[in-house]
Amino acid sequence: MNQILITTVSISAISAVFAFLLTLAERTIANYGEVTLTINDDKQYTVKGGSSLLSTLREQKIFIPSACGGKGTCGYCKVRILEGGGPILPTEMPFLNEEEIKNGIRLSCQCKVKENIKIEIPEELFNVKEYTAVVEEIEDVTSVIKRLKLKLPEGEEINFKPGQYIQLKAPKYEGNDEEVYRAYSIASSPFDKNHIELFIGYVPNGICTTYVHKYLKVGDTVEINGPYGEFYFHEDNDREVVLVAAGTGIAPILSILRYMKEKNIKRKAIFFYGARTPDDLVLPDYLKELENIMYDFKYIPTLSRVTEEHNWKGERGRVNVAIEKYLENGENKEAYLCGNKAMIETMIQALTKKGIPEELIYYDKFD
Amino acid sequence: MIDLNPMVIFFAAIFTNNMIFSNFLGMCSYIAVSKEIPTALGLGTAVTFVLACTTIINYLIYYYLLVPLHLEYLRFIVFIISIAAFVQLLEMIVERYLPNLYYALGIFLPLITVNCAILGVSLFMIIRRYNFLQSIGFSIGSGLGWTLAIVALAGIRQKIKNAPIPKGLQGAGISLIITGLMALAFIGFSGIVQIQ
Repeated sequence: MNQILITTVSISAISAVFAFLLTLAERTIANYGEVTLTINDDKQYTVKGGSSLLSTLREQKIFIPSACGGKGTCGYCKVRILEGGGPILPTEMPFLNEEEIKNGIRLSCQCKVKENIKIEIPEELFNVKEYTAVVEEIEDVTSVIKRLKLKLPEGEEINFKPGQYIQLKAPKYEGNDEEVYRAYSIASSPFDKNHIELFIGYVPNGICTTYVHKYLKVGDTVEINGPYGEFYFHEDNDREVVLVAAGTGIAPILSILRYMKEKNIKRKAIFFYGARTPDDLVLPDYLKELENIMYDFKYIPTLSRVTEEHNWKGERGRVNVAIEKYLENGENKEAYLCGNKAMIETMIQALTKKGIPEELIYYDKFD
Repeated sequence: MIDLNPMVIFFAAIFTNNMIFSNFLGMCSYIAVSKEIPTALGLGTAVTFVLACTTIINYLIYYYLLVPLHLEYLRFIVFIISIAAFVQLLEMIVERYLPNLYYALGIFLPLITVNCAILGVSLFMIIRRYNFLQSIGFSIGSGLGWTLAIVALAGIRQKIKNAPIPKGLQGAGISLIITGLMALAFIGFSGIVQIQ
């Protein structure tokens, strides 16, 4: 009995001493006090030092895109540090090239804020916010693509350019024990500032797509943040618009079309959409109808795996063949592409061959 | 208590009783962080420093707390707690006051918390009944020996980077074989001195 008591007391005492020392250290040694964070030379924040730049910025409601949530594995959260970030850590090296190192680019999730720090981020990121949205509609548009309509909280707005994307958080669920963020392009019109529409294709064993396809239902809440992205509709000219997409790549294109329709933009537009069979087409009737409503719009669905029983009267084969056929020349045109890497590369070839200069071909490619 | 000069124990711990080559302790980080010489050297330095400090702490705890209370059998759990707490404390101190050192070896510190070479040295010190000075010699020697081993392996791994190694042996497989060959060479010294 006595021995049990002595054992317990001494182990507890030793642990307590260490716990006390560690707490003391946390309060004093690891306490960096308040430091000044300067962004783009004009905005100053007084923040608590000691945590990573990514989470410090997050506390100030500034969201840097990050898919892994700060573990240093995705390499998306790059920012430019002008002053006070300390030397580059070995954990950042795999994600930075020589040019970036020279320019002071760092991974914000690895770099800790310990002293006054000056950083530079794209102005658009100030527009990025976090929302807790409610699933208003969720439906299958094809056998593998779901349309998801989210409602933002009452009174909150999202301001985005047509073509940009948001990040959707997949929480922990049965079979998935980590939270991840995945990027999805917004399909809804920028004028509907209280809603977000997404098209999410099913990827076998994909963490976020499984969550959306198997678990999400109407009335659930989801965490999103955004908007992000350099791929958006350019309004500063009157060139004809060539749109090309395959699969779920239709989402940003839809947003562009809806924007053009609602703003009544008088530019000629043509949309090449690639799919396998008629059943894989996303919203075919809606797009057909747009041809009548919009100023001058043509929708050309192109199917690669049609058989006799589909009774398909439209284009067949690969999309680049349809481009070859319908696009006379590339004069006074600009193009917006969204799809997988291989598709984008083929389309850029087909479009440049028609004479559209490469700097007027904007694209958003996903894996 | 054995009667040996602490310096003899120090050199023996590096060459004849190397933690890696004679006991195969601390293999996890030894295999994982031995791809390049600079990082291997950084980790080795961190291990040596932590070894020296934790051995002193554990020596004091064992002989001035556990022995008087007849609680020698608690040494495993106590040593583990003290090593973990010390490493965490050290990380905070280095990060705050020695930024250059932190960037060189700070990121290795969490790796060391669970390095069994460190617990091994504390336990050997008890089993072999070393006195205080002998323990210090043994711990620093073991740390340097561990560093020697990981730097040597990193050097060889850099050399064989482009060698046509069969697929099944790439990475950890060939590293273990190399370690075995190096261990054979080091065991050749083992007759020179007996430290246990």
